[in-house]
Amino acid sequence: MLAFTLRRAIQAIGVMIAVGIIAFAMFRFAGDPVSQLVAIDASSAERAQIRQSLGLDDPFIVQFGRYLFDAAQFKFGVSYQFRQPVSDLLKERMPATLELAVCATILALFFGIIMGVFSALRRDSLMAKLFQMVSLIGISLPTFLIGILLIYLFSVTLGWLPSFGRGDTVKLGWWTTGLLTVSGWKALIMPSITLGLFQMTLIMRLVRAEMLEVLRTDYIRFARARGLTTRAIHFGHALRNTLVPVITVVGLQFGSVIAFSIITEQVFQWPGMGLLFVQAVQNVDIPIMAAYLMMVSLIFVTINLVVDILYTVVDPRLRATISRPA
Amino acid sequence: MTAPVLSVRNLQVEFETRRGTLRAIDGVSWDIAKGEVLGVVGESGAGKSVTGLAVIGLIDRPGRISGGEILLSGLRIDNLPPEEMRKVRGKRIGMIFQDPLTSLNPLYRVGDQIIETIKTHTNLTDQQARKRAIDLLAEVGIPAPEKRIDGYPHEFSGGMRQRVVIALALCAEPELIIADEPTTALDVSVQAQIISLIKRLGRDHGTAVMLVTHDMGVIAETCDRVAVMYAGRVAEIGPVQEVIKNPLHPYAKGLMGAIPTLAGEDKRLVQIPGSMPRLSAIPPGCSFNPRCGAAFDRCRIDRPEPLRQGTQAVACHLYDRATETAA
Repeated sequence: MLAFTLRRAIQAIGVMIAVGIIAFAMFRFAGDPVSQLVAIDASSAERAQIRQSLGLDDPFIVQFGRYLFDAAQFKFGVSYQFRQPVSDLLKERMPATLELAVCATILALFFGIIMGVFSALRRDSLMAKLFQMVSLIGISLPTFLIGILLIYLFSVTLGWLPSFGRGDTVKLGWWTTGLLTVSGWKALIMPSITLGLFQMTLIMRLVRAEMLEVLRTDYIRFARARGLTTRAIHFGHALRNTLVPVITVVGLQFGSVIAFSIITEQVFQWPGMGLLFVQAVQNVDIPIMAAYLMMVSLIFVTINLVVDILYTVVDPRLRATISRPA
Repeated sequence: MTAPVLSVRNLQVEFETRRGTLRAIDGVSWDIAKGEVLGVVGESGAGKSVTGLAVIGLIDRPGRISGGEILLSGLRIDNLPPEEMRKVRGKRIGMIFQDPLTSLNPLYRVGDQIIETIKTHTNLTDQQARKRAIDLLAEVGIPAPEKRIDGYPHEFSGGMRQRVVIALALCAEPELIIADEPTTALDVSVQAQIISLIKRLGRDHGTAVMLVTHDMGVIAETCDRVAVMYAGRVAEIGPVQEVIKNPLHPYAKGLMGAIPTLAGEDKRLVQIPGSMPRLSAIPPGCSFNPRCGAAFDRCRIDRPEPLRQGTQAVACHLYDRATETAA
């Protein structure tokens, strides 16, 4: 088990170094950084002096090593547009994105599993058909459109919910949370629905398909032949087996939720990392773009690792194969 | 005389399909007495397993029991409401399926699955149920049951898993056990162990056993009586020695002739020409007539009903007195 975790962790580090190369390459592709730093009329002596003081005349490998070394300590340089360390900017924006992503995922999991199980068990009911229809809408409507429709309905027409921002936030150390104020919760509702709707439909369809599959298996038939109650069969035996693949998908999707919150944050002007990234792209703020790339990759890699470990908690068969490497 | 443990009367099972209604079981009748083992043989698709599923009430849509009745110790069970039938399953009828590798839920410890079943059907506490589970595992011959009870199914071999499945079927001391090809998926050496285990348990507890198989060796070894099924009907039923040594129905003759023996000289095995008709194309009259060497005109028109011949019963016009006198 420990060896397995270690092996996966080493693989994860490999992935992060590869991402680091790409992030570092961005600086080079976007032209000479010195020309972006100095005034247009700077002399070539001044340029050379800056180049030397920033270490830009060192060999590529040295520069890259320095970049990785700093990145490993969450130092990503200074933003061109804000003149602030990128890590401070990310730290400031991260709570907003994480709260939104977690909230959207919980929403998606909760309703997705309930709807999925229901539509598998009552396959022919009107409700199940309605769920299928809703899921089709959720999968095919683009995120920004859902967001705009929600704003139109609940902010413009009904005036119930704010159309942008996080509402009032409370500072807990460096973490700012919107979960402790009413206006924070109100502001969170629509972005969470917008961000979570696609995930919810995905989870619902996955749970439904898996559940139908599991209900056909021999051990479910045997459980019925043993006279277990329908509830024990559906929610004890079938659901747990259904959740094995659901864990993977939800885990991987959580990464995408964070990465793709860009659109939702843009629609709702949510002050998270995604919005920061969009602004960075518009202003060619490469340190932020590179740092964002690294952060999102780190989140993805971490989640993957957690999912792999979670598997073994749910499925005892994997515990055996892992402790006994094939 | 007390009522037989299981009495199937003229059972019919139909499946609704897009191409019309298919009759998988058509007029099956038999009794199984306390402590008796009835073997059910036939080719794939003859309706052996479906009959077993019908008895335990697990025929799923689009299938349904469309006629006849099933009595368990004299009480009709085929028309019980689902919740009542659930209480019969596992408690009064135990079932063993073919593949022990897939019969157990892979995510739960075997002990938890046994305890869950015990607690569903009895009022035992957790500790009592656990103790009973250990006793059951010991009874079906699992070594060190107090340790193995906390194992997961994948930690057991095929034969051991089938023992666990049998323990699960025995949880509530059922009156009837339906064993659907319990040895087909196992190694030959393990098959013998499982068969003798089922036999011993049936004898010790006075349980009636309906043993579905296509292995004549298993039948000869285990059963008191045997029913030969063909295309959803009983072709012949009788004491196992009689049916094996002196089969009456041409199909049963063919089936017995197809068993290889070591003792006999090298004679070719008998083959039955053709294959069993599909449910959608069962011929009129006797369903075996297109493959039967002894078929005559009446076989193509009239459906034969089971006729008593000594201790056996056979559904064949060859044994009809009316035919004999006419000939």
